[in-house]
Amino acid sequence: MSQLVEIRDLKVAAKTDAGRTVEIIKGVSFDIAPGEIVALIGESGSGKTTIALTLMGYTRTGCRISGGSVTVDGQDMVQLSEKDRADVRGTKVAYVPQSAAAAFNPAATIMDQVIEVTRIHGLMPVDAARTLAVELFRALSLPNPDTIGDRYPHQVSGGQLQRLSAAMALIGQPKVVIFDEPTTALDVTTQIEVLRAFKSVMRKNGIAGVYVSHDLAVVAQIADRILVLRGGEVQEVGSTDQILHRPQHAYTRQLLGAFEPVPRSPAEAARVADLHPLLEVDHLVAGYGPLQSDGMPLVRALNSVSLSVHRGRNLGIIGESGCGKSTLARAIAGILPRKGGNIVFNGRELAADARHRSREELRDLQIVFQYADTALNPAKSIEELLGRPLAFYHGLKGKARDQRVEQLLDMVHLPKSVRHRRASELSGGQKQRVNFARALAAEPKLILCDEITSALDTVVAAAVIELLKELQRELGLSYIFISHDLSVVEAICDEIMVMYAGEKVEQLTPSDIGRAENHPYSRLLFSSTPKLDPGWLDSLEQDPELVRAYCRR
Amino acid sequence: MTTPVSTTAPRRTPGYRFNLVGIIGFSVLLFWVVVALVAPWVIPYPVGEIVDYDYLAPISDKFWMGTDYLGRDILSRVLMGARYTVGISLASVTLACSIGVTLGMVAAVSGGWLDTVLSRFLDAMNSIPSKLFGLVVVAAVGSSLPVLVLTMAAVYVPGSFRFARALAVNINTMDFVTVARIRGEGTLYLILSEILPNILGPVLTDLGLRFVFTVLLLSGLSFLGLGVQPPYADWGAMVRENISGLSFGAPAVIFPCLAIATLTISVNLLIDNLPQKIRDRSDA
Repeated sequence: MSQLVEIRDLKVAAKTDAGRTVEIIKGVSFDIAPGEIVALIGESGSGKTTIALTLMGYTRTGCRISGGSVTVDGQDMVQLSEKDRADVRGTKVAYVPQSAAAAFNPAATIMDQVIEVTRIHGLMPVDAARTLAVELFRALSLPNPDTIGDRYPHQVSGGQLQRLSAAMALIGQPKVVIFDEPTTALDVTTQIEVLRAFKSVMRKNGIAGVYVSHDLAVVAQIADRILVLRGGEVQEVGSTDQILHRPQHAYTRQLLGAFEPVPRSPAEAARVADLHPLLEVDHLVAGYGPLQSDGMPLVRALNSVSLSVHRGRNLGIIGESGCGKSTLARAIAGILPRKGGNIVFNGRELAADARHRSREELRDLQIVFQYADTALNPAKSIEELLGRPLAFYHGLKGKARDQRVEQLLDMVHLPKSVRHRRASELSGGQKQRVNFARALAAEPKLILCDEITSALDTVVAAAVIELLKELQRELGLSYIFISHDLSVVEAICDEIMVMYAGEKVEQLTPSDIGRAENHPYSRLLFSSTPKLDPGWLDSLEQDPELVRAYCRR
Repeated sequence: MTTPVSTTAPRRTPGYRFNLVGIIGFSVLLFWVVVALVAPWVIPYPVGEIVDYDYLAPISDKFWMGTDYLGRDILSRVLMGARYTVGISLASVTLACSIGVTLGMVAAVSGGWLDTVLSRFLDAMNSIPSKLFGLVVVAAVGSSLPVLVLTMAAVYVPGSFRFARALAVNINTMDFVTVARIRGEGTLYLILSEILPNILGPVLTDLGLRFVFTVLLLSGLSFLGLGVQPPYADWGAMVRENISGLSFGAPAVIFPCLAIATLTISVNLLIDNLPQKIRDRSDA
């Protein structure tokens, strides 16, 4: 038999809360050759993880394989008994989860957990397993491979933990490894190291892989072939090169198109620009924890950050997790009262605490949060959600308010029929539109957007960005756009501020990106963003000094 | 730029429908409420009047549930007892939960010193044993309906407060509350409009449970002679009065016990089977 994995006409059915059975995978077939890495790509709900899990004969609770076959190394996982499946898991098929932090037991040492598979299956003596684990740690370029196993999961970084979970998967010497979005939760600079480690160890040992991801650029670096999925069906299969450069299917083209957003033209920005700064932040200090004797909080998340935003212009704030970018938004909005510095908005100084700001000041400065799920009250209808700021700020009632709600829905391209629904009855993209419409209802001058596209699929996020630009043209708003994703910020902002460890590194315009005079950290950050080029990772060279200075890999 | 939006997608809105067990629980509860309301007009004999010389009499045509230790009609006393048991319990549990839940939400939303003061004060109240507290209060000011209602409400406020505060603290950290707060909304709006709808499901369940505890506490207090005073009696007092009949298998003890059991079990069944729509609110 030439193929290692043969999936034929796979169907997976799920039972909804109402007791209806829906087919979530509708007849998918593909093969994986020994040593080949196949990527499953698609938006959330496309069934990519569900398919990957069937390789272990596993489905999530409420789902079951309703048809077809999944043959792994000559065994049909669908037909096997649960006991036989357990024997295969870890020895032939292994799994690397998205969140390594949630997959490790915090109460046991890393080594014990990594070699657990060999113990369960009785593969080798403990000493041999330990030696093999250390070899794997070395192959995955983990620091201190001889001793890292003695630590507990919380004592290593996120990127290290993700590589350790790969070691856990590889120790049983499987033939196929399933990677379920293993780098999605990591920072871009960390992601590079993890991807490199995965790639080299897979290539060296000739292990086949299934790589589940929503990020085409990441997939391009590691996969030999790509399967584009949507709604439980294969849209297109092809070699990585073919999918990236000669996509056949319209959906694949849409995915690729969403990847390269159109930047805001300077002329457009200049048209509405005003000479007076709308918002001026001067040496802002904020943080968490009890106050120290010098009046400063224990943990300073923001250390003397200054910025200014002009009317009709957009400022992007970019940085890795923990750099203080969300704290900056919260301090400006007054959710987290600042401990030092000054905020001048529209010519007036703003109070540190939102409770001491006037209603007009609050109205002019709105904030939109990342997760529309938690930002929209689940007990209220869309109409109530949008109607409240209208009544609160503008005193609109009855018919006038209804009309304005309809206008707002129209502005964010939602049909009027969603008015009576609750947020839980909308899709992720629709929820984020409602979330944004609520900020618009206040008729603000400035909107703080805190990672508003990060929880959305690429295509949906691109549509939301387009919407934001369109609204800016119509309403003359300004945005402060916070994101960890450079391409998103590039698409909408006139200026980009790079943050690192609570401080402003530098401020530049999108056209300055990639210039030699950029701050070293900006260069590192920009160069770490994956490109849609399969050779990008292999040809990427980063200054090891810089990496050591700025990365907590 | 357009997004595909399905406007005609069939959607399932869970209605306020009960399942069978819920209906049974609700019917029994409703039955006792109706009995409590109409009791004075349907009782066959006056409550306090001795109508039979045969005390602790068995079931007969004349006395459907037999007679008690003085020869009074049990049916009449059970029907009238519903007034006290259901009425006092309902009044005190409603009072306890409204105060407790409101304070709990205020503590969660305000935080800071107000939260600390309220929490510690109610914790201190919690440390007093409920029956002992009832004994002391009734001994001090005497037993009357308002005293009973207030005493039992006071007993259950701390638990209700703790419960609501724990739920509200979780909701309070959600972004939509932050959004409302920086919109400039006041505490009243925050607790009524943002917090309450999202904790209503568990709070109603808690109210049901506490109602059962209240019934049992009232029965306990009455059993000790601190509850409703003679010649009137709630179900707990009736059990105490007729306890001597237990060894004769007199129906005078069985029926009040059955009444307490049916009431408490039916409330439990009801709250375990609340309509989907109310329960859904809890998993916000």
